[in-house]
Amino acid sequence: MTNAMHGRHKLAFTVLAWIVAVLVFFPILWTVLTSFKTEGAAVAIPPKFLFFDWTTENYAEVWQRTDYLRHFGNSVLISLGSCLIGLCAAIPAAWAMAFSPTRHTRFVLLWMLSTKMLPAVGVLVPIYLLFKRSGLLDSRTGLVLVLMLSNLPIMVWMLFTYFKEIPRDILEAARMDGATPGRELLHILAPMALPGIASTLLLNVILAWNESFWTLNLTAADTALLTAFIAAFLAPEGLFYAKLSAASTLAIAPIVVLGWLSQRQLVRGLTFGAVK
Amino acid sequence: MASIRNRATAQLALSPAVILLLVWMAIPLAMTLWYSFHDYQLLMPRGNAFVGFENYVYFLTDPAFLQSIGNTFVLVGSVLVITVAGGIGLALLLDQPLYGQGIVRVLIVSPFFVMPTVSALVWKNMFMNPVKGLFAWLAQVFGVAAVDWLAQVPLLSLTLIVAWGWLPFATLILLTSLQSLDTEQKEAAAMDGAGAVARFVHITLPHLARAVTVVILIQTIFLLSLFAEIFVTTNGGPGTQSTNLAYLVYSQALLRFDVGSASAGGVVAVILANILAIFLMRLVGRNLEV
Repeated sequence: MTNAMHGRHKLAFTVLAWIVAVLVFFPILWTVLTSFKTEGAAVAIPPKFLFFDWTTENYAEVWQRTDYLRHFGNSVLISLGSCLIGLCAAIPAAWAMAFSPTRHTRFVLLWMLSTKMLPAVGVLVPIYLLFKRSGLLDSRTGLVLVLMLSNLPIMVWMLFTYFKEIPRDILEAARMDGATPGRELLHILAPMALPGIASTLLLNVILAWNESFWTLNLTAADTALLTAFIAAFLAPEGLFYAKLSAASTLAIAPIVVLGWLSQRQLVRGLTFGAVK
Repeated sequence: MASIRNRATAQLALSPAVILLLVWMAIPLAMTLWYSFHDYQLLMPRGNAFVGFENYVYFLTDPAFLQSIGNTFVLVGSVLVITVAGGIGLALLLDQPLYGQGIVRVLIVSPFFVMPTVSALVWKNMFMNPVKGLFAWLAQVFGVAAVDWLAQVPLLSLTLIVAWGWLPFATLILLTSLQSLDTEQKEAAAMDGAGAVARFVHITLPHLARAVTVVILIQTIFLLSLFAEIFVTTNGGPGTQSTNLAYLVYSQALLRFDVGSASAGGVVAVILANILAIFLMRLVGRNLEV
């Protein structure tokens, strides 16, 4: 094949790929564009694509009239909190299974995976009632607990696949030199495990941020996360597209950006290491 | 090599996660099971008598149940077909040398990170609204009658919304798998005179089979408990036309306050998911090196 032909192929594929990519991305693009329109321009027919009076009034209004900041704070607090607490249990577990496997390790790993496959509706009723009785309904503590537990298997699995890749020889050598498990963890394992831990945290924050079964069912006004805040938006504000778009943009922007950074980890984390 | 002390430490390190998950799984499941055999109405506490399989009979003979099972399968199945076929196509495209490949990739994966309530609201109002939505405008441009998407074809609309969110996931996983394909093998086949189609069928597809299986199984797990999209767009309606199993259990429990039959539904959902889980566990377990 000649270079010119290569170039033409590349150009053709590029055009096709960009068309498809813009189509797939279009709903997000449209939401962002609409958020900068006036309400009138937002529902204009034919639709206005780029030539309209750009305004930021929707953002100002969403900011003032709803407790956006409180819901945003709830989302940050609960997704980050549940992941950090989850890591405290997941790191030692993954470490133990990666470095001191026993004949039960395989079973434990698969069993943990199976808990993730338990459909949430199977335990909705008891969790709801338990939470109601213990005052955890509509509380941050309750949600942190539930999200931590529902993501724990993914955390353990992701960490396990990362820890497996740390060369064992180094650990053996350290053990021969008489390093205690504590020192082993701090000086040898930690520096090599940190990238894996960071990836795990990143992906699980994204999952927790977007989780919408428990957040819709277990919260009311007080602790509503952005997921529930947006869902509630539809009653009084659903007809105001520009404001709806502004609120939506605010809700998804931080996590979409985080998501861009975590594409690789996503594959690994969500396939339980089956595809790398 | 591992000394007894090391082993003990390892068991200790493992135990918090195991105990947490055991409690999280065992207690609520046991409660669901217990409720499912009792007459338990949240609003009318009347002794919670043991009723045997009555709740199951009630739940399973409810016409909404059969419909919800059907809807669940239609939703899961059609989303799977769209995302797997589309994902293979997109992965093949992204695997080509492109100008601005990084940006194309970022654009295509983005929908996966949009929270379900937002995507459902945006699609419902700004695209599928029969008067003000973009689809209505497109229909007008092409001179066909506007469709009230969520009222007339609720399942199709939901499929579209959900597939949009999961297409990036399938694409990303299939692309990752595609990039691990040995290029030498493809080049050798090309040298032997195999055409593009033959190479795709005999080399690329078999290589992708594993990733496709993983995509199908993982998406099935998430799609079986599809909830937020239905909650935001159709509330399971019109009637029960777009009620899936998860939504039916939710409405029994938190809208009709019938804990007993909701629990029976929960048990049915668990059994259904377990059947599928067995397949996934086999697949993941097979290449698990411990």
